[in-house]
Amino acid sequence: MQDILHAILWVALGSVIGGPTRYFISGLIGRVIGETFPWGTMVVNVTGAFAIGLAAAANVSGVLPMPVAWQFIVTGFLGSYTTVSSFTLQTMALARDGQLLQAGGNAALSVALCLVSVAVGYGIGAIIFGASL
Amino acid sequence: MKTELQQSVKRKIPLAPHLKPDEQARSRKVRETALLYLCVSIGSVIGSVLRALASLAALAWFGPAFPWGTLLVNIVGSFVIGFYATFAGPNGRLFSGTYQRQFVMTGICGGFTTFSAFSLEAFQLMQRSELVLAGLYIGASVVTWLAAVWCGHALASRLNRLGG
Repeated sequence: MQDILHAILWVALGSVIGGPTRYFISGLIGRVIGETFPWGTMVVNVTGAFAIGLAAAANVSGVLPMPVAWQFIVTGFLGSYTTVSSFTLQTMALARDGQLLQAGGNAALSVALCLVSVAVGYGIGAIIFGASL
Repeated sequence: MKTELQQSVKRKIPLAPHLKPDEQARSRKVRETALLYLCVSIGSVIGSVLRALASLAALAWFGPAFPWGTLLVNIVGSFVIGFYATFAGPNGRLFSGTYQRQFVMTGICGGFTTFSAFSLEAFQLMQRSELVLAGLYIGASVVTWLAAVWCGHALASRLNRLGG
C-alpha cells in the first residue's frame, strides 16, 4: 500500500507539469501553423514517443533510480504530455467534416511517426547510456 | 462574507485601480491564462493518477503478456472525450465554459490517455520479435480508440436530441 501511495505521488508530480506542457506546445504549434490539421497533437505525441524511447534505454542500462524515475518521468510526465483522446477527437472531427483523406492521414502518420520516433529514441539512448539494442 | 474579488465584480470596481485600462486588460488576460493552465494541470493529475491505478489493476488481473491497461485507458478516455465534446458542445445539454472544457478534455482526458506508453509497448513487442502481437496491438488500438470516440459522440448526440 505504501508503495502504491509513493508511486501515485511521483506520478502526480510528473503529470502536474506534463499536461500544461502539452497544452502550451500544442497551442503554440496551432497558432504558428494553423488549426486546420492537428499538427500540435502530432508534435507532442511524436516528441513524447522519442522521449519514452530514451527513457526505456536509460532504464535498461540502469542509469536511472528506479522505480521512482519511471513513475515521475514516464507514467507521470510523458503519460500526461502525450494524448490519445485529443488525437481521436480531432481525427473524428476531420472525418465528420468529410475530410476523410486528412483523417486517415492523421491516424496513419501519427502511428507511423510515433513508432519510428520511439525506435530512434531507444537507439540514441542505447548509444548514450550503453544499453543493448 | 464576500471576498474582495466578488465585491469588486459586483460593484464593477477594478481590482487594481492604480493600473491604466490597457494594463488592467493585460493583467486580466494573464489571470485567465494562468487559471486555464491550472485547470489543465489539476485535470492532468486526476487523469494520470487514475491511469496509473488502472495500469496496476490491469497488470494484476491480466499479467504482462499484452498491454491491456494502456489499451483500456485509451478506449475509455476516447469515449469520454467524444461524449463530453458533444454533450457540452454548442448544441449540447450541458452548459460549459472554457475552464470546464479545458479541465475535462485537455486535463482529465489528456492526462488519462497516453500515446507514449502505447508507442513504447508496441516497440517492445517488436523488440521481443512478437510481430503478430505487435501488429494486433497497433491495429486493435487505432480501430477501438476511433470506435470509442465515435460511440461517445453518438450517445451524446442522441441524448442531446431527446425531448424534455
